[in-house]
Amino acid sequence: MIIYLIYKITLIVIILLMSLLIAMYATLVERKFAGFIQDRYGPDRAGPWGILQPVCDGVKLFFKEEYMPNTADKFLYILGPCLTMMVALLTSAVIPWGGTITIAGYNFPLQVASSSIDILYIFAVVSMGVYGIMIGGWASNNKFALLGAVRASSQMISYELAMALSIASVIMMTGTLSLQETVNQQHTIWNVVYQPLAFLIFFICALAETNRAPFDLPECEAELVGGYHTEYSAMKLGFYLFSEYINMFISSAVISTIFFGGYNMPFISNLGLSENIVTLLGTAFLFVKIFAFILLFMWVRWTLPRFRYDQLMKLGWKILFPLALVNLIITGIVMLLK
Amino acid sequence: MEKYIFFFLSGLAVFSALMVLISRKPVHSVLYLILCFFAIAGHYILLNAQFLAVVHIIVYAGAIMVLFLFTLMMLNLNIVGEVRKSVLARVAAVIAGGLLLVTLVAALKGLNLSTSLSANTQIGMTSNIGKVLFNEYMFPFEAASILFLSAMVGAVMIGKKEEEEEMTNVQMTNDK
Repeated sequence: MIIYLIYKITLIVIILLMSLLIAMYATLVERKFAGFIQDRYGPDRAGPWGILQPVCDGVKLFFKEEYMPNTADKFLYILGPCLTMMVALLTSAVIPWGGTITIAGYNFPLQVASSSIDILYIFAVVSMGVYGIMIGGWASNNKFALLGAVRASSQMISYELAMALSIASVIMMTGTLSLQETVNQQHTIWNVVYQPLAFLIFFICALAETNRAPFDLPECEAELVGGYHTEYSAMKLGFYLFSEYINMFISSAVISTIFFGGYNMPFISNLGLSENIVTLLGTAFLFVKIFAFILLFMWVRWTLPRFRYDQLMKLGWKILFPLALVNLIITGIVMLLK
Repeated sequence: MEKYIFFFLSGLAVFSALMVLISRKPVHSVLYLILCFFAIAGHYILLNAQFLAVVHIIVYAGAIMVLFLFTLMMLNLNIVGEVRKSVLARVAAVIAGGLLLVTLVAALKGLNLSTSLSANTQIGMTSNIGKVLFNEYMFPFEAASILFLSAMVGAVMIGKKEEEEEMTNVQMTNDK
């Protein structure tokens, strides 16, 4: 029991640090990638290939002047970024990062909390994500911030629906809400083969939920100054910016787990390796998938221009939502006929 | 362990429910209400009703409260304007509240607390709820969905009507 407890705490700490580290370096990769696409060098001054750039940015954010508007609601102003960060990190609890490692007769599953409601838990956390932005935007007592917050919340509410419906068709197919079970079922064929439309809808909604371009209207500089974080400075601003990258990492992990077989590696069972090595290779393979999706997120950002707000709402309600419904009905019919 | 969690959650729920009433700023009230919902969701998990807990959070905290917050932010009620009520209204409110308390106490007095519900019941699991809902309670479930659908259609109709009125208003001003 005590070994198990220590193991869980270690796993939580490792996953937490890993999320932060990956998010940290995602900022660098993003800038390098933007440089590559726009035919220029990215940041290359701090360390070789600029690998110390995220550290420098972090230090800079820590030492910036902490500014707080005097008309702000103090408690909520601080709560906003904290909540955003917390919610961004919460989802990682249910993602199965790998199979089971067996050491000295003890089984250590590489998942912090395995319950029978993993996917619903993810939706609950996603639906909480809007509060940090809303509270922060409102508490700053600034028109632009409030407009940004209102935009963010209406965008997130609209896209949550299509997101949930697209996953519902996958749930109907797999018949389980547990992510571990979902991964196990994709041992031979990944879910994306059966549900390409659901994957597409989910991916677009994930872009909108993480407030990434082309759906980054809450913070569009041209019309809203900085959007919901206009009044934020120093590390509080850092939390908002940073949580976007954590969200990107976690969404990539969720997409890889639900649609792309999670830690399953094709033909791994034919190699005749020991159980623990298979688990570790699977985890490595999951991370390859996650990084590929993070790059895809960035590629989209630096390729597509921003939507107009009415276009965004139209896309969510009039295209993605009905498409997800049709996908759900088709899945139901196919399952009935089979 | 479970006992301590229960008392913690109960305390949190009562505290946040009181703060909903006490706090002066409407936005704070909404946030305390969300906290209260979380405490109640915790109770559901203690009763092994995971599905109910998560759906409770998704629907109430994740959707309805967001709309509440949305409306409050738009109304801009952050200036603390205390509504003055007359003495008669205050006395009437206290009496009404007291009567409700008496009724609740009377209703709960007969309850036998020693026969607690077994926390090991599996009815709260998603698959069990689904089976019960779609076999035994098929008709009420479908009736409720139709009710929701009609409410949705009604909401859309109200939204549409305003738009049309605006259009006619614009046309009228244009005609003038």
